Amino acid sequence: MAIVGRSGATSASFRRSRWLLTGVLALYFIYTFIPLFYVIAASTKTNPDLFSTFGLWFSSDFHLFENLRDLFAQDRGAFSRWLGNSFFYALCAGVGAALVSTLAGYAFSKYDFAGKRFTYALVLGAVMIPQTALVIPLFLLLSNIKLLDTPWAVILPQLVFPQGVFLMRAYIDDAVSNELIDAGRVDGAGELRIFSSIAFRLMTPAVSTVFVLAFVAAWNNYFLPLVVLNSSEHFPITVGLANWYASAAGGSGGSLLYTVVMAGSLVSIVPVIVAFLLIQRFWQGGLATGAVKT
Amino acid sequence: MQLAEMAATTATTGARPRHSSGTWGRRLAPYLFLLPFLILFVAFLIVPLLYALDLSLWKKALVGGTRFVGIENYQKAFVDAKFWAGVLTLVKFALMQIPVMLGLALLFALILDSGVVYLKGFFRVSFFIPYAVPTVIAALLWGYLYSPVSGPAAQIATALGWPKPDFLNPSTILPSIANIATWEYMGYNMIIYFAALQAIPQDLEEASTVDGAGAFAHAIYVKLPLIVPTILVTIIFSIIGSLQLFSEPYLLINIARTVINSSFTPNIYAYTQSFIGQQYNYAAAISFLLGAVTAVISYVFMLATSRRSAR
Repeated sequence: MAIVGRSGATSASFRRSRWLLTGVLALYFIYTFIPLFYVIAASTKTNPDLFSTFGLWFSSDFHLFENLRDLFAQDRGAFSRWLGNSFFYALCAGVGAALVSTLAGYAFSKYDFAGKRFTYALVLGAVMIPQTALVIPLFLLLSNIKLLDTPWAVILPQLVFPQGVFLMRAYIDDAVSNELIDAGRVDGAGELRIFSSIAFRLMTPAVSTVFVLAFVAAWNNYFLPLVVLNSSEHFPITVGLANWYASAAGGSGGSLLYTVVMAGSLVSIVPVIVAFLLIQRFWQGGLATGAVKT
Repeated sequence: MQLAEMAATTATTGARPRHSSGTWGRRLAPYLFLLPFLILFVAFLIVPLLYALDLSLWKKALVGGTRFVGIENYQKAFVDAKFWAGVLTLVKFALMQIPVMLGLALLFALILDSGVVYLKGFFRVSFFIPYAVPTVIAALLWGYLYSPVSGPAAQIATALGWPKPDFLNPSTILPSIANIATWEYMGYNMIIYFAALQAIPQDLEEASTVDGAGAFAHAIYVKLPLIVPTILVTIIFSIIGSLQLFSEPYLLINIARTVINSSFTPNIYAYTQSFIGQQYNYAAAISFLLGAVTAVISYVFMLATSRRSAR
C-alpha cells in the first residue's frame, strides 16, 4: 500500500525493517510451537525415554503406535469413551447455543418490547459472574432434581451463552435490514416465516461463528464437568486426562501413565486445531463483528 | 431508525387494516424468539445465583441442622486472610500477565495490519492456535516443560552444567502461570485487535500516506487511538478472566504441591471449601465476595479510563 512509489533508499530500509519484523514474529512462532512440538515428540517416546532423552527432539525408539494402543487400552478403553463424550457435549452445546442465541439476538435486534433494555443488561452482566458462584449452587440444584452425574448436567448449563446473544445482535443489526423485514410484512408473511425464510439465510455466517465458539468453549470446559460428574463413563477428555495426569504425578506406579497422558493430549488437540484451520474464515469474521461493535 | 420503523409500521397497518393479526403476531414475536434463551437463562443462571445468595446467608451447625445467620458468612470472609491472600495473588498475577499479553497482541496486530511482514496469514492463524487447546491440556503441557525431570529447560541446563531453573518455587510460580495464560490467550486478543484495525476506513489511510507518515508512525498515531475502545474492552475481560483463575494452578498442584495451596486463588478456595470441606454456605459467600471484588475493580477501571478520555 504505502510502499508504492518510494525512492530506492526508502525501499531498502523498508525491506530491512520488513525482515526485522518478520523475525520478531518468527520468534513468537517458535515460542507458540514449543509446547505443541513437545507433545508430538513426547507421544513418540517410551516412558523411560521421556525422561532420559531431550524433550524437544525424538528418540531413536519410535513408540507412537504403541503409545496410542496403550492410550486406548488404558482403564478398559476409557479414553475413547471420553473422546466421544467430549464430542457429544460440545456438539449439543454448540448447536443448542447457536440456535438459542440466534433467536434471542434476532429479538433484541429487530423488535421493541417491554423490558428489552433490562433483559439485555442482565445478559451482558452475566459475563461478570465468577464460575464458582454458578457451579456450586448448580451442583446442589442438579442433585435435588437427580440430574447430577448425567450428560444433561454438562449440556444444559452450557446452552446459556451470553456472548453468543451479544454477537448475534451486533451482526443482525448490520446484516438484516429493517426494510427487508418490512417488505416481508407487506407481502403478508408472518413473523416466524420472515425469520426462517428471509432473515436466517443472512445470519448464517454469524450462526456458524457462535456454533464454533460455543463448541470450543464446551470442548475446553473443565470446571463444570469436574464438579457435576462423578463416574468415569460420563467424563469428557479434559476431566479424564487431568485425573490420569494427577495419578501419573502422584507416583506409586502411576508414572507409567506419563506417555499415555501425552498421547491423549495429542489426540485431543489435533481435531480441534484441524477444525479451526478449516473454518478460520468463520471465526475470524465473527470475532471481527464483536470487535468492531464494541 | 426506530422512527422509520414506526413509520413503516403505521404505513403497513394503514394500508392493510385486515392484517391486525399481523400486528398481534408482531407484538408477541419477540417474546417467542426470546423464550428459549430466557428459560435457560433463568433456570441455569438466575436461579442458581439466587440459590447461592440464599445459601450464603445460612450456616450448617454441628447440631440442629442449618440455621439462618444473615451476613455472618460475609463478615467471616471479609476478614479471612486466606481469601484476601488469594485476591492479592490474582492482582499480582493480573498486573504482570495482562500488560505483557495485551502489549504483545497489540504489537503483533499492528505489525500484521500494516502489512510490512512476510507470511502474514500464516502468523495470524498460528498465533491463534493455542486458543483451540483446552486449558487443562495447556497447563499439563507446560507442566511437563517446567518439570525439573523431563523439562527441556532443565535438561539443557544440566547438559551445560548450569543450575537447573526452578519454575515452580514460591517466587516463580506466578510468572510460570502467567506464561501459560499468555500462551493461551495472546492470539485471541491479537485477532480482536487485528479485526478492529482492519475495520478502520481506508480514506484515513490515504490521508496520512499523502502526509508522508511512515507505516509505523501511521500505526501509532492514527490507528492506535481509533481502537482504544476495543483495547479497553479486552482489558476488562482480561481482568475478569484473571480473577477467576482456576484450571492452570489447579492442574499445577500435582507438581507443585508445597507451593500451590488450597486457597491459592479464591476460586480454588471456594472449590475446596465446598467439595472437600462440604462448606457450601461459606463457599457461596466467598464466590459472591469475589464477584463483588471483580465488579468493583472493573468499575474503578472503567471510571478511571472514561475520566481520562473525557479530559
